[in-house]
Amino acid sequence: MIVSWRMVVGSLSWSLLASTVMADEKSSNDPYRLNLSPGVTDISGQVYDLHMLMFGICVVIAALVFGAMFIAIWRHRKSRGAQAAHFHENVKVEIAWTVIPFIILIVMAVPAARTLIAMEDTSEPDLTILITGSQWKWHYRYMDREVEYYSRLASQPEQIANKLSKGANYLLEVDRPLVLPTDKKVRFLMTSDDVIHSWWVPAFAVKKDANPGFINEAWTKINQPGIYRGQCAELCGKDHGFMPIVVIAKAPDEYERWISQQEAIAREAKAEEQRLLSMNMGMDELMKKGEAVYQSTCAACHMPTGTGLPGVFPALKGSKITTQDQAAHIDIVVHGKSGTAMQAFGKQLSLAELAAVITYERNAWGNNTGDMVQAKDVNAVINGN
Amino acid sequence: MSSPVYEKYYVPAQSPWPFVGAVALFLIAVGAGNLVIELDKGSDGHGGKILTLGLITLLFMLIGWFHNQINESMQGMHSAQLGRSYRQGMAWFIFSEVMFFAAFFGALFYARVFAVPWLGGDSNNAMTNEVLWPGFTAMWPLETTPGGTQTEAMGWFGLPMANTIVLLISSVTCHFAHVALEQGNRARLKLMMALTILLGVSFLVLQGEEYIHAYEEMGLTLQSGVYGNTFFLLTGFHGLHVTLGTTILIILFLRILKGHFSPANHFAFQAGSWYWHFVDVVWVMLFFFVYIL
Amino acid sequence: MSEATEHLDHAHSHHHPSGIKRWLYTTNHKDIGTLYLWFAFIMFLTGGAMAMVIRAELFQPGLQIVEPNFFNQMTTVHGLIMVFGAVMPAFTGLANWLVPMMIGAPDMALPRMNNWSFWILPFAFLILLSSLFLEGGGPAFGWTFYAPLSTQYSADSTALFVFSVHIMGASSIMGAINVIVTIFNMRAPGMTWMKLPLFVWTWLITAFLLIAVMPVLAGAVTMVLTDKFFGTSFFNAAGGGDPVMFQHIFWFFGHPEVYIMILPAFGIISQIVPTFSRKKLFGYASMVYATASIALLSFIVWAHHMFTTGMPLVGEMFFMFATMLISVPTGVKVFNWVATMWRGSLSFEVPMLFAIAFIVLFTIGGLSGLMLAITPVDFQYHDTYFVVAHFHYVLVTGAVFSIMAAVYYWLPKWTGHMFDVTLAKWHFWCSLISVNVLFFPMHFVGLAGMPRRIPDYALQFADFNKWISIGGFAFGLSQLIFLAVLIKACRKQGVPVDDRVWEGAEGLEWQELPSPAPYHSFETPPVIK
Ligand code: HEA
Ligand code: HEA
Ligand code: HEC
Ligand code: CUA
Ligand SMILES: [Cu+2]
Repeated sequence: MIVSWRMVVGSLSWSLLASTVMADEKSSNDPYRLNLSPGVTDISGQVYDLHMLMFGICVVIAALVFGAMFIAIWRHRKSRGAQAAHFHENVKVEIAWTVIPFIILIVMAVPAARTLIAMEDTSEPDLTILITGSQWKWHYRYMDREVEYYSRLASQPEQIANKLSKGANYLLEVDRPLVLPTDKKVRFLMTSDDVIHSWWVPAFAVKKDANPGFINEAWTKINQPGIYRGQCAELCGKDHGFMPIVVIAKAPDEYERWISQQEAIAREAKAEEQRLLSMNMGMDELMKKGEAVYQSTCAACHMPTGTGLPGVFPALKGSKITTQDQAAHIDIVVHGKSGTAMQAFGKQLSLAELAAVITYERNAWGNNTGDMVQAKDVNAVINGN
Repeated sequence: MSSPVYEKYYVPAQSPWPFVGAVALFLIAVGAGNLVIELDKGSDGHGGKILTLGLITLLFMLIGWFHNQINESMQGMHSAQLGRSYRQGMAWFIFSEVMFFAAFFGALFYARVFAVPWLGGDSNNAMTNEVLWPGFTAMWPLETTPGGTQTEAMGWFGLPMANTIVLLISSVTCHFAHVALEQGNRARLKLMMALTILLGVSFLVLQGEEYIHAYEEMGLTLQSGVYGNTFFLLTGFHGLHVTLGTTILIILFLRILKGHFSPANHFAFQAGSWYWHFVDVVWVMLFFFVYIL
Repeated sequence: MSEATEHLDHAHSHHHPSGIKRWLYTTNHKDIGTLYLWFAFIMFLTGGAMAMVIRAELFQPGLQIVEPNFFNQMTTVHGLIMVFGAVMPAFTGLANWLVPMMIGAPDMALPRMNNWSFWILPFAFLILLSSLFLEGGGPAFGWTFYAPLSTQYSADSTALFVFSVHIMGASSIMGAINVIVTIFNMRAPGMTWMKLPLFVWTWLITAFLLIAVMPVLAGAVTMVLTDKFFGTSFFNAAGGGDPVMFQHIFWFFGHPEVYIMILPAFGIISQIVPTFSRKKLFGYASMVYATASIALLSFIVWAHHMFTTGMPLVGEMFFMFATMLISVPTGVKVFNWVATMWRGSLSFEVPMLFAIAFIVLFTIGGLSGLMLAITPVDFQYHDTYFVVAHFHYVLVTGAVFSIMAAVYYWLPKWTGHMFDVTLAKWHFWCSLISVNVLFFPMHFVGLAGMPRRIPDYALQFADFNKWISIGGFAFGLSQLIFLAVLIKACRKQGVPVDDRVWEGAEGLEWQELPSPAPYHSFETPPVIK
């Protein structure tokens, strides 16, 4: 069962040696290794204060309780000749230690409620982003602009497999970060295409579940430009640990420039698509592009070698669909299969990418069908014929 | 030995039946699990066979265990304490059944009061409706789901109403049977039991009719959205309980024919009648919340 | 069959069945208690072995030993086994052994059903464990099996998971009914409610919780089954359902469930602390009321596990305040224990060591629970290792430590011989130190932002995770000392003990029964003073 004890022992002893060295080199640079970060929004500051307040109260209570206990342990122990007293009830004391904690709770509850109310007030936003989780990437749509894209883990599989050294932001880096303006009230609409995910950026104190079929709202107003990182915070299947979030906060004018540029790029890409319809790509080009798309988009489930995970994700190597029925193949990639993890990639990939990846699947790993799928074939399926 | 309180305390001897019962549940769980998977995939396998074997084992165990128990009881080995324990045990078991139904009633309330209105844009969910389900309007019964599945709502008049009356009467006859037993009126007891069983069976037949009607004429199926889901799971589990209740009543009836139970000692009868009343109360709740409201 | 039934008015001691049948067919509360306890311990080792796989994988960043999908199965099955296979059966085993002895009864009220509830368990876990070897693997959706990950996106083995939970639930319900009925009907004359030992009280209330919520769990798994295999859409918006509805149903079971795992522990500690303080328990009545309040409150706090699911604001507020309230009765308990120790005459035998560790470490876990209850901050804590730290403090140094305390406390009464005290002390100190190395740094990595249920993590969490894993291996090895103590004790290698065993022990089992306790605890009812 995937576990090899030799590997366990090997890696354990290796890392015991190595870790002493590693620990020194990076311990100093992160101030929030032990505690919550106060973050970069007013709300996250309030949350931090609440956390510290709670923590302080808890430490005091613990000190009192344990203090009393250890005094008893020390002073009233038999080996020191202590004789047991006979009291076993005292109504006054019992009322006191019911009422006092209750009052402490009220002290905690008031600021907590105040912060909570502020956090849930998503009214009057300056801009709105629709965030959609799907296995295992985030999709961002700027609701009032013509910009939308997927954001995926950028750390390489070789790094995860310990074959390449890991960079400083290992597992916390993505190909296309979300870009937001500072000093604006940004409203997030969260939803999901498949299972429940949870969008979490600690520096904003925003964590909200992305529930399929429903939209949750949250908001933030960032005070400082910078790069903020977070992770998916709800178990969402195999690669739950590999769907990070990166947000770049830019000053409003810079943001405006960036978003206009993105809109222009999006328009150009659309035009490019149209042009492609009348062209044919060659086999080499298709295979090369297809492999890249496959490895970044499909390999998470169907595995880099097309073998899938038996019982969970089907193998594409030698499967009926990938070796025989081309129309069905295009159809499942474009439309997905509802109610399974197989998503509709028609809206995620460009026509060229779809054509390439399908061609790749029909010719890689010994699926030597020789078929070439072109953008226009895919387009035909998208348009329903 | 000296004290009267424990004189009749009775520790049942070792018995193979509990272990057989555990094996039966094991086979049922494995069989049902595999059967469900096989049905889903349309593949062949042994799930059905294992399940059947498990059910037979369970039946075997029940017969053996009860046989044992009845013999011991008839020999007067049971004490007042044991009688109380059985009664309380039965009461707590019925409480656990109540909580099982509560889970499904909870689902019904949640769907009606929260999920469906939210999908229709209620509460803070304006965006849920606008972005994800444009065109969906909340309604109950949910005749068109957000996904577009259509169905018809089951009315409360007609069959369901008839069924309610049938079950209510059966509860009364069951009670009369109990009174008759306590008064030692065996003829009346038999009559009332027979009536109760008859009513129970007719309820099941009518319920079957209703299901056929729902599936064939109304398009109301287990798959037609959360309205159909709660409808069929609630009425379906209730129906299973009626089936079980009727079976218990039949067994009691057979025992009555054999001359079992005395006005003073009839725990099994009492447990069966409690169960029947419980099933009845659940139906009243169902009738109210699933059909009428 | 009649010749085989035993009346206590004849001598019964001649009738000791032996061999395998003794265990398969038994109706004796002590035998069944022993079976439960050994089963629980085996499950603890099994679940612990899975925790070791988790900790080995998390020893350093990168994937080294297991695939993510298998990792998720380990996390899930570890949680399920520890909760349903280790802690709950261990408490039921203790109840079986102790309740009759404490209330002056010869046995449980429904001995055959008792045996049935036990024997279901090994089969249920056999099914659960064997599903790991099926194609597609076992359950990989967390012990909380949130839909739709557990419905549309799970492996086929989910069907087996569902049915194994069903029969586990049946076992728990039968066990609980038995405990309640025993306590109601079998108390010796004069054993009035307010004289009941606290362990019996807490178990009475626990049993009530079990009967109330296990059927709800059965309902939840049933809906998962129909959603996955029969086309229903309870948890699917397209059909008018809601994935969050699953969480409401699950946690309506789940929160009382965590108190099911701690109330008997409170009972145990309330038995042990007075003994070794040589002083009556402080505030007996308030302990009873506090237990009942905790149980009642536990029904109205479930959604504190769901603050980030996007509940309406009023819901969040209600569940925040209700959750915070639970600290008040729990605090009463902690204060009562400390007051019992206060001006006592304390000695520190092994059970007391575990009890003291329990009080301190459980309180730490409880206080972090209180922090989690504060909704706005829970947004930061939720689904991080801070939560993992919280619940391992209340479960491992809470529930599991209390079970160990109980075993050390009553073992001499059960076997008639003292266990190996030196080894036991080693077990305690090794466990105490390693368990804190294991779970304390989890608070830090959690606050620093490490999500739970991930097989690989960012580099800034590396050094703490290494220590956590080292603590974990050490804690695991320490449990092998426990195993050694238990085996030695069962072979009765220690010095024989007298009836009372511990100097300050009070209660029927110490004062009215010999050590080892006879096969049928009380044949004649004891005189209750
Ligand atoms: C034995 C098990 C057990 C126990 C006893 C508790 C006890 C408590 N738990 Fe815990 N909890 C779990 C097991 C347990 N929990 C588990 C398993 C999970 C995670 C489940 C999962 O997601 O997998 C969880 C998760 C969990 C969450 C969800 C976190 C999240 O996912 O975001 C929350 C939130 O409110 C919470 C709160 C509490 C509180 C307030 C208590 C209180 O009962 C604690 C009360 C005790 C004290 C407060 C200390 C003693 C008191 C005093 C000394 C008095 C003075 C103090 C004051 C009045 C301030 N718990
Ligand atoms: C009572 C319940 C209980 C108990 C006792 C434990 C005990 C332990 N748990 Fe527990 N844990 C849970 C209940 C419990 N856990 C739950 C409910 C979850 C949530 C699951 C989910 O997210 O769905 C969880 C999740 C969980 C995680 C998070 C996993 C994740 O989020 O991915 C981790 C990680 O470190 C962990 C570790 C441990 C360790 C190291 C122990 C140790 O205490 C175990 C010690 C015992 C042994 C090790 C066994 C004895 C020794 C041997 C068998 C010999 C072999 C020993 C060696 C090889 C050293 N647990
Ligand atoms: C999140 C997981 C996931 C990802 C990512 C994914 N797939 Fe799939 N795929 C599945 C699952 C699950 C199925 C099986 C669906 C079913 O039950 O029939 C499937 C089925 C298929 C099939 C049909 C196989 C057969 O023999 O039935 C093809 C072809 C396919 N996927 C291609 C792709 C391509 C191309 C990509 C990337 C662009 C991709 N998949 C990405 C999960 C995934
Ligand atoms: Cu997405 Cu976890
Ligand atoms: Cu809880």
